[in-house]
Amino acid sequence: MKTVIAFLLMMVPALAAVPETFSDPALEARARNLQRQLRCLVCQSESVDDSHSPFANDVRNLVREQIAAGKSDRQIEDFLVARYGDFILMKPPLQSDTWLLWLAPFLVLGAGGAVAAVVIKKAAAREA
Amino acid sequence: MIGELGQVALCFALALSLVLAVSGLMGAGAPASVARRVATSSAMGLLVFVALAFGALTYAFVTSDFSVALVANHSHTLKPLVYKISGVWGNHEGSMLLWVLVLALYAAMVAGLKRGGERLTSAALGVQGLVAAAFLLFILFTSNPFMRLDPTPFEGAGLMPLLQDPGLALHPPMLYIGYVGLSASFSYAAAGLLVSEEAIANNWARAARPLILMAWIALTCGIALGSWWAYYVLGWGGFWAWDPVENASLMPWLIATALLHSALATEKSGAFRTWSLLLAIAGFSMSLIGTLLVRSGLITSVHAFANDPTRGLFIMVLIFFAVGGALALFAWRAPALRVGAAFEPVSRETTLLLNNVFLVASCACVFVGTLYPLVLDALGGAKISVGPPYYALTFVPIFFALMLLVPFGPQLLWKRGDLRAAWRALYPALGLAGIAAMVVLALVSPRGIAATCAFAVAGWLIGASLIDIRRRRGARASAFAAALAHAGLGITLMGVAGTTAWRSEALTVVAPGQTMTVGPYTLRFDGVTREKGPNYIADRGHFVIMDEGKPGATLEPEHRFYPAEGQDMNDTAIHTTGLRDLYLALGDDRDGGRFAVRAHVFPLAPLIWLGGLVMALGGMLSLWGRLRVREPEATPAAPAMAQAAE
Repeated sequence: MKTVIAFLLMMVPALAAVPETFSDPALEARARNLQRQLRCLVCQSESVDDSHSPFANDVRNLVREQIAAGKSDRQIEDFLVARYGDFILMKPPLQSDTWLLWLAPFLVLGAGGAVAAVVIKKAAAREA
Repeated sequence: MIGELGQVALCFALALSLVLAVSGLMGAGAPASVARRVATSSAMGLLVFVALAFGALTYAFVTSDFSVALVANHSHTLKPLVYKISGVWGNHEGSMLLWVLVLALYAAMVAGLKRGGERLTSAALGVQGLVAAAFLLFILFTSNPFMRLDPTPFEGAGLMPLLQDPGLALHPPMLYIGYVGLSASFSYAAAGLLVSEEAIANNWARAARPLILMAWIALTCGIALGSWWAYYVLGWGGFWAWDPVENASLMPWLIATALLHSALATEKSGAFRTWSLLLAIAGFSMSLIGTLLVRSGLITSVHAFANDPTRGLFIMVLIFFAVGGALALFAWRAPALRVGAAFEPVSRETTLLLNNVFLVASCACVFVGTLYPLVLDALGGAKISVGPPYYALTFVPIFFALMLLVPFGPQLLWKRGDLRAAWRALYPALGLAGIAAMVVLALVSPRGIAATCAFAVAGWLIGASLIDIRRRRGARASAFAAALAHAGLGITLMGVAGTTAWRSEALTVVAPGQTMTVGPYTLRFDGVTREKGPNYIADRGHFVIMDEGKPGATLEPEHRFYPAEGQDMNDTAIHTTGLRDLYLALGDDRDGGRFAVRAHVFPLAPLIWLGGLVMALGGMLSLWGRLRVREPEATPAAPAMAQAAE
């Protein structure tokens, strides 16, 4: 895998003529969508799509190169995660150390609902 | 000299806050009326001395007294007066002083309004005094705004250009009036627990409600202002990024909203007494956590100008004692106060309970999303980031469910409601929701499920509010508060959905005389002129909206350079029709007089903040009705309270 990436990176100059926007609207939409899912590591509170930083610019070019090279969204994300870590993803992956993050809101909702049901039942019993 | 005066005033304020704490808590015991008088006057004195310190700092900023380190680091002689003043709170030390000023203001308000009887007020003042003492210690020991510099520098370092903005001059004071306002309901809740005689304790909700309302209104306005500022300043129209600092203001808002509703039930029907107490504690805890997040440098963002671990530690200890103490008090005293209320499953109480379940769950979502990456990182785990897609999948569905339920609340009676009648009354709102969905599906492109659902829900909310207003016509103004606030929610929802779904943008390089198009607009670029502002140099772009070949309104976005700070900033130009914004940001200079331009069309964007304003107006109606009517004496608790006060 590493050699493949190294090879790809060597090919970057050859692909450097990637346009700032794709003429094919489907490809352009894919690129924009992907860019919105990536965090700018420099400004941190903006996505790669919104940020003006040189880093975001580089990542935008990278995304467009890889789309032009026929990579799937998943492959491009995996490539960027391998390079920069999970931090670059706006949407944290669901894995062993993040399931609590994803489930917590719904656990609170469920627990709250259960408590509410008990409270309502008791209040109704008093009313009767 | 003025600096030392401020320093002395702060020390006096600290002493007075300790007197306030002791006398207030003593006054909570039955006969000690002297202690109560001492508490009242020390609350006033606290306000005077904190205001004096704040005035001294403001004076140092206005006169550019660079012998004060804070002024030297954050001000500049060439800065316009308004930004010299807003520079007072555009930094860590000054903003903490503003924090304490607002805290003292609320203490004085509690002392002046004396709601809920003398003993409850006294206990609340005591707790407020404790909090004030803790924050004054924090300021004096870790964040002293009056530190001197020797030798005095000739010129100041200036203020971040991003912060030199009218929206941001107002945003922090507004937000603090909200954040810190929750300290008053916290103090009242703690007071209710301290004075655990039931007759007195249960007055706390009525006593605290105007203060909760005040805090909520200010938070709503503060968040809206912050979001509006981000929208026009960042250059790409981002109005909410789920940034940790934005989240830090959203969490107290969500809890305050829950508290507002639950305290209403507590006041009107005696339901959820202990729960409201817990929410009041949680609300201020969220404010403290927000302060910790913003002020400690735990997170990196544009707001975290302070990067000092001792400050973070101090606030953490403060949170531990304030929250831990209040929760311990709650665990000890609350069971004695618990009186089960009686209501039917179909009643307004139930809707308010569900409102609380959903609001607390959505707050939990923001809480986990903000703190989970920090905790995971601290535990040596992976570095992850939680961005908008997370909230789209967690917060948004929970909040949508809440908005579906909102219209039922005002339609159901206390104790026992009639669900079928409520449905019947709400049919027109259902119709409006259907029409809104159809219009979006049939007329607007691109079509999207999210936008369709959002407009249906907005129609449902606004329709229900109109029905509620019609039903109550002729009633006093405060009867319309809920309808207005709920309609505001619908208006904001339309704004958010509209801008998100139907925005269009153009990134182009144009030469003078050329035209560009974005969305339905055609713009002619008339070149760039060099302008000189009070403390910046700007490239000002001149754009004209072309309406069928004829020139219309002009837009003048600027690219500014602030020599004092050595920083660049974009000043965007926005042309609004009230329902649609044309948004221009001038980019960098390309050769031959050509400029990169970023143009956006944001349909319905103004509705986002209009909705916030309408929500706040709803809060104001409720507050006005509450302050106008003197506290009713004929409550069941009142005779007992009067006796206790004898």
